[in-house]
Amino acid sequence: MQVRPIGQPYPATEKGNGVAEFRIRFDGVSKYYGQQCVVDKLRLDIEKGEFVSLLGPSGSGKTTLLMMLAGFETATEGQILVDGYRVNDVPSHKRDMGVVFQNYALFPHMSVGANVAFPLQMRGISKAEIAGRVKTALDMVQLGALSERKPSQLSGGQQQRVALARALVFEPRVVLMDEPLGALDKNLREQMQLDIRALHQRLGLTIVFVTHDQGEALTMSDRIAVFNKGKIEQIGTPRQVYDEPATRFVAEFIGETNLIAGTVEVVEATSVTIRMNGGNIVRVAGTDGLAAGQAVSVSLRPERLSLTQVSGTDASLPGNTISATVTDCVYQGDHLRVQLTGAGDASYIVRLDRRSAEPQRGAQVTAFFSPEDCKVIAS
Amino acid sequence: MSGKSFLQKSGPLLLVAPLFLFICLFFIWPLGSVLTQSVSDNAVARLLPETAKVASSWDGQSAPAEGLQAAFVTDLRAATDEQAVGDMVRRLNSAQSGFRTLMSKTLKAVQDKPEGPIDLVALDRKWSQPQYWKAITDALSPTTDRYLLAAVDLMRNDAGEIISQPPKQTINVAIFGRTFWISATVTIFCVLLGYPYALLITVATGWKKQALLAAVLLPLWTSLLVRTAAWFILLQEQGLINSALMDLNIIADPLALIFNRTGVIIAMTHVSLPMMVLPIYSVLLTIPKNLMPAAASLGAHPLRAFVRVLLPLSFGGIAAGSLLVFMSAIGYYITPALIGGAGDQMISSFIAFHAQNSGNWGMASALGIVLLVVTIILYAVYERLATQRERSA
Amino acid sequence: MKNLFKTAAFGMFALASTALVAGQANARDLTIVGWGGVAQAAQSDVYFKPFSQKSGKPFLEESWDGGYGVLQAKMKAGSPNWDVVQVEAEELALGCADGLYEKLDWDKIGVKDEFLPEAVNECGAGVYYWSLAMGYDGDKLNDGPKNWVDFWDTTKFPGKRSLRKGAKYNLEFALLADGVKPAELYDVLSTDEGVDRAFKKLDELKPNIVWWEAGAQPVQYLASGEVSIAAVYNGRVTGINKAEGKNFKLVWPESMYAIDSWVILKGAENKDAALDFIAFASQAENQAKLPLKVDYGMPNKKAAATIPPEIDANLPTYPDNLKQAIPLNVDFWIDNSEALTARFNAWLAQ
Repeated sequence: MQVRPIGQPYPATEKGNGVAEFRIRFDGVSKYYGQQCVVDKLRLDIEKGEFVSLLGPSGSGKTTLLMMLAGFETATEGQILVDGYRVNDVPSHKRDMGVVFQNYALFPHMSVGANVAFPLQMRGISKAEIAGRVKTALDMVQLGALSERKPSQLSGGQQQRVALARALVFEPRVVLMDEPLGALDKNLREQMQLDIRALHQRLGLTIVFVTHDQGEALTMSDRIAVFNKGKIEQIGTPRQVYDEPATRFVAEFIGETNLIAGTVEVVEATSVTIRMNGGNIVRVAGTDGLAAGQAVSVSLRPERLSLTQVSGTDASLPGNTISATVTDCVYQGDHLRVQLTGAGDASYIVRLDRRSAEPQRGAQVTAFFSPEDCKVIAS
Repeated sequence: MSGKSFLQKSGPLLLVAPLFLFICLFFIWPLGSVLTQSVSDNAVARLLPETAKVASSWDGQSAPAEGLQAAFVTDLRAATDEQAVGDMVRRLNSAQSGFRTLMSKTLKAVQDKPEGPIDLVALDRKWSQPQYWKAITDALSPTTDRYLLAAVDLMRNDAGEIISQPPKQTINVAIFGRTFWISATVTIFCVLLGYPYALLITVATGWKKQALLAAVLLPLWTSLLVRTAAWFILLQEQGLINSALMDLNIIADPLALIFNRTGVIIAMTHVSLPMMVLPIYSVLLTIPKNLMPAAASLGAHPLRAFVRVLLPLSFGGIAAGSLLVFMSAIGYYITPALIGGAGDQMISSFIAFHAQNSGNWGMASALGIVLLVVTIILYAVYERLATQRERSA
Repeated sequence: MKNLFKTAAFGMFALASTALVAGQANARDLTIVGWGGVAQAAQSDVYFKPFSQKSGKPFLEESWDGGYGVLQAKMKAGSPNWDVVQVEAEELALGCADGLYEKLDWDKIGVKDEFLPEAVNECGAGVYYWSLAMGYDGDKLNDGPKNWVDFWDTTKFPGKRSLRKGAKYNLEFALLADGVKPAELYDVLSTDEGVDRAFKKLDELKPNIVWWEAGAQPVQYLASGEVSIAAVYNGRVTGINKAEGKNFKLVWPESMYAIDSWVILKGAENKDAALDFIAFASQAENQAKLPLKVDYGMPNKKAAATIPPEIDANLPTYPDNLKQAIPLNVDFWIDNSEALTARFNAWLAQ
């Protein structure tokens, strides 16, 4: 990697220069509030044109990281590089980043048009050009007709779109979004997710998106960085973090999962055999450097389990089988949610297709799944 | 009418009745009486009914006819209320110096001779001079505009036209001007000092915020007199400020901080500061915290972000604070009296002078009315500007 | 509903009458009002406390700085909350003419013959003679000012001056400084030219004047060096010399003197006790004690005769002091106070 010499001015308009292959790099960045560590020696590279979500519970450091990137907070240690320039000491108004805030942060005393024109005025652009660009930006978010309105006369979704137009109109290097959809209702939120995703693809934007909603992160992102206690637990595509959670935290935080404790019995060439607490033996694909006798957890997504009314072990069933009793069954519209209790009082959640027959409470069933549908997590 | 519905109808009215009574009794009524006081002029007319009847027959130039003199004597004989006579004499003396001694002489003569005509001119040759009679006949109308005119340095000449008073006699207009000028200066200083301070309180957290707030509020709970006296101690020639500066060798001779305009402005600014800080602070609190970061992220230098975003949004607080400070500063009395020199006294001290020292309540009321009217006009202008601004913003 | 109103009305009436009864029960003690400072402290020791002991009733004392409007306001407000007030000559004459004071029963006071004639008035009994004179710090000025011409001369005597705020006295001093003879003083002042002349003379000194309103101020200014010469009440100078060991000097020539009087406000609640008090304070044996504490002259001739010579020499009434002093012309000020004060205020505020 190449880093530009420190002290060289950070240009406000240069977009991508071929010096650095990444747009943003966090290089061992930490943030302390007094003794309390909020972000811990964090490393993260974000490529040009990439949509990266920072996902995690509140207090996990994701927003703080975003604020450091925007220049509202200073890093206690480490450096933040943008296009190869160290920006730690660049004031936020010179960083050329469009920020969309949680509560939109529109200027209430200015009209919609004036809000969108604001960043262009700050850049000394001519009035005629401003008018054109504001119109284009508002049309892009389907608000061209409302430019004379005050923000208070708009709905939440419209305000959100104005904030978006304002953050994009000056063609920033990076667009930062801090839980921008948190205040919207569900349907509007889902619509906005798709809209933002479409804009991202159309304009080739680099977006850093902070959210605590895993569904949102899965829908929109190229990559997701899962945050916990100031560190990144896992970074990867939505498929990677969902199907192959690296840690127990990721497995539990993203989607619903059955985590079953057990011990590694045998390590074979392409799979391992695990004795679960309660006695069931399961085979899991992949070895992942496991050793016999190691205590592990098995993450088993509810929708990957199937049920049969036959009790006991049936050799005709593929892969792994677990005998259990149905303790509850709830119809949830798009699926059936079944709760099972197996040997050793282990409980399992199973998601069945909504057209499946509803198992009776107290019925003896066998749950089965293939070795490829579960993931061993070292515990 | 059933009892219940009566209660329902009059319940809310009964609840506000004490407030309404309070306002009537302690606000509207005194204001009304001040207004009446400033134009009423019946001290002479009510004691001289006979004189009033024949007054129109006198041409106002020569010595008065005997009929007028006789009517005057008759009226004096009928006047028994000492305090009412006192009021009349005071009123006449304020129009024409010399009436005091003239009247005490005349009243004594009237007392000594309860019957028959009295030769007033023989008693005192002042009675042969028309200006004394003119003072009486001018005072026979129950209402007058002389106090209101005098409050703005005007008077009526012998022909009844409104003319300026001789500049040596009065400088009320200049004092009004000074009062508004000092108040405006204090208001500007309060904005300049109070705004950053309010901003500081808004940004601060924890004990720092509490300490900053307490620093504003504590003086508010101390009496005005105490605060002014404290400034007296600080500002005087051998006071803390001067001795500190001299000990530090910053100045060789003490600065003139007291008995002049500088001291008045300093002390009044301090005393008024809470009234500026608190409204601004309360408005700043309502401004979302992320607007300034938002402006910065959009490329605004902190100063431009302040001018374009924070300042317009907090304008309401500045306006409210300025109005509060300005309106209260207009009425300042103690602070200029203790800290200021003779050239720094504001209109209140002249009102107090007329009420307390010279007992001229008509003049005091008239000055008060003029002050009230000017203040209301200023407030109306402010309201107009504020609504215009709201509409255009 | 009607009943409710009846009850409410009755309740209000009951409350009001309780307040009235309570008000009557808490009758105010005899309230005596002086001019504060060393003089009132002395009066308190010599008159107030002994009188209270003798009559067996408590008293209240307050102080004021004069102002006819104050008395007028009290009268207009209904029954005044002061009983006996020490007033200046002008306030005595005005208030007596305006009916603000009770007429005094001199038979009850009983010492009319012992009093100097100008101390006897139908509304007032003389309290003491006092002078307004030049004062300076003898330790700072060896060869002090001799007259008002010197007072105006800031090259000969550098430093600021302090004068009592108001037209009264200052117009006289200005004319004296401008060379008017004391005997012609009020004749000159009675003309418009004379008034112009006085203000013109005051103009000369205006930048150097620090104005005072309370009697304690000028001696403070002298002590702190804020001013070098001041017009002061004579009692304050000897007072501070005694209390703080200062060496302040008074200039008796061309000083102006006047007499204060006790009056009883009309309709005062304790007017009988007030008259008793005035009688007590007018007796020769009581008046004789006051100059021992503060240097003011006594209107009771018998009292004045008993004063030791070394104290007598400091009083305004001491023949040598009186010789070149000028009495205040009360009649002139009664007639002209309003016009001249208005002009003085305008002049001052310019």
